[in-house]
Amino acid sequence: MIAKRWRGKKNLRGGKFSFKIDMRSVFVFIVLSALALAGIIINVGVGEYPISPPDVVRTILGIELADGNYDFIVNTLRLPRALVAFLVGLALALSGAILQGLTRNPLAAPDIIGINAGAGLAAVSLIVVFPSVSAAYIPPAAFVGACVVAALLYLIAWRGNSSPIRLILIGIGLGAIAGACTTFMITFGDIYEVSQALVWLTGSVYGRSWDEVASFLPWLIIFVPIVIFYSRHLNTLGLGDEVAVGLGSRVERQRGLLIFCSVALAASAVATAGTVGFVAFIAPHIARQLVGPNHGGLLPVSAVVGGAIVVLADLIGRTIFAPIEIPCGIITSIIGAPYFLYLLYRSSQVK
Amino acid sequence: MTRFFNSRFMMLFGLAVAVGVLFFCMLASVRFGAAEIGTREVIETFTDYDANSEEDLIIRTLRVPRAIIAALVGASLAVAGAIMQGLTRNPLADPGILGIEAGAALAVVGAVFLFGVSSLSTYALFAFLGGGITALLVYGLGSMGRGGMTPMKLTIAGAAFTALLSSLTTAMLILNQQTLEEIRFWLAGSVAGRDLTLLLQVLPYILVGLVLSLGISRQVTTLSLGDDVAAGLGQRTGWVKAIAAVAVVLLAGSAVAIAGPIGFVGLVIPHVVRFFVGVDYRWILPYSIIVGAILLVSADIAARLVLRPQEIPVGIMTALVGAPFFIYLARWRIKR
Repeated sequence: MIAKRWRGKKNLRGGKFSFKIDMRSVFVFIVLSALALAGIIINVGVGEYPISPPDVVRTILGIELADGNYDFIVNTLRLPRALVAFLVGLALALSGAILQGLTRNPLAAPDIIGINAGAGLAAVSLIVVFPSVSAAYIPPAAFVGACVVAALLYLIAWRGNSSPIRLILIGIGLGAIAGACTTFMITFGDIYEVSQALVWLTGSVYGRSWDEVASFLPWLIIFVPIVIFYSRHLNTLGLGDEVAVGLGSRVERQRGLLIFCSVALAASAVATAGTVGFVAFIAPHIARQLVGPNHGGLLPVSAVVGGAIVVLADLIGRTIFAPIEIPCGIITSIIGAPYFLYLLYRSSQVK
Repeated sequence: MTRFFNSRFMMLFGLAVAVGVLFFCMLASVRFGAAEIGTREVIETFTDYDANSEEDLIIRTLRVPRAIIAALVGASLAVAGAIMQGLTRNPLADPGILGIEAGAALAVVGAVFLFGVSSLSTYALFAFLGGGITALLVYGLGSMGRGGMTPMKLTIAGAAFTALLSSLTTAMLILNQQTLEEIRFWLAGSVAGRDLTLLLQVLPYILVGLVLSLGISRQVTTLSLGDDVAAGLGQRTGWVKAIAAVAVVLLAGSAVAIAGPIGFVGLVIPHVVRFFVGVDYRWILPYSIIVGAILLVSADIAARLVLRPQEIPVGIMTALVGAPFFIYLARWRIKR
């Protein structure tokens, strides 16, 4: 019965706009959101000072509890961290889904087109060259690094038009340059600072507070709606430039805007938590297995999947060798890499 | 395709000139360094060796091995890159870009981290293993889906694998600071401080790789025209590809084992060489050996001189030169 109700499509019309909504995507989206929420609550509850999930919910909602420590532990220490994890995953996954859709290549992601490498170079340079500078300057530096690479990328790749494949190839080249400079820093830095820099490079949400949430959230509030709104253009662009032009798309403008959104999302995520690997690769793949290739459903589902992945990775990283914490970026790489291969293998079998 | 040298004599003459340049570069590599040594002393070391002289000792145990290793690593990488470009018809192929070096590096770091391996000959075995597996996976992924293998898909698959493998490498280095300390200079790609006995351990692999490559140069030329053409001309393409893959893994793996991952030599050299000698791999490969050696030896000299007395790992130098070249190729030379 339920399965039947959630199948099929619904049309929403109102004024100038009409949307076709795939009910299955809505169903998957709701289920995944619930799972992600559960993940956040469990993540907040687990730790040196365990708190049961109902108490976590009560504390978050502001209901008075017997134990006065709960408020500090939950609302000040753990909740912002879990939220940052979720939001970072969300942004990375959206960024990856856009790039994969634009290039029609399942291996495209901000990880390989130099955006992460640019952010990494800026942050590592700051850590190694100016060890005395406050850690608060790392996120803006990383953001600037990512944006500089993205701007160079678009400038160099522009040849009267922008070909997504060319963008990726040139991005790989720029990434290599930034990577070489990062290696240079890592080779010559003091070993202690280099370790710090490496932790940042793998991505970690350790010690993130409401400040990070506050500086990250505006980016999401601006760009996520644009991306969701433009998802149908992503479908048209995915048919190839000629077809898209024939269907009346303003190809360059739409593509430029989508790439801009993708870069902004990736850059803000990387600035907040470092380069958490593989989320941008994996989340869109999982989403595609769940709801198919239509970007209207794919983008929101990828976003929730991405968020859930990072929350889960952080949970595993905090608990598996407790009290030693492993950065969540390591967990996403170690679990993500083989899973990524498996997904690619699966999708090759389907074809 | 036009070529700069248009006769057999010119080709041989050019090769002889290249060998001369290489010799000159190696001499310069022995001459320049932290300790001032004149050209006369360098020559005297060979004609009239004095075991008590500090300079002779430096030259014999440090400078000469370093120059030889740089030359061999450069030659191996250039030939590996040339074969890969011919085999995959991908002008952007390079052991670094297609992930083979990252695979080899991950295997070596894993061996150091998990098993505490510290001898170079074991490094080499792990490097072959890691490089070989990665090569297969990247090739498989690059030829997946509609349209079979295209240069773009292969390059993107390689970059994705490089990202994947190097994040795993970083993960291991974070978990163990001692490994990081031991290995970070190696990981940047460097030919400094390598003993000649270390070279002897991997020399057989390099030689086998070079001989195999030269042996199939004619077949690679045919194969570079397309699988169908080669098969139509009666070539057993499967065998040629398998031998080529073994050669590439041996060459790139040995290079990584001695010197760490050094990128872009295999990308740049075949393009430069092709400008002079055209598309025949019977000429491209010997030229690649010599010119690749020249490039790495001179990059190593530059790496020593740029920030004196600090030394930059040579892998960073090659990336800073090679990556812009890669961008140039992707921007202006690749037609969509």
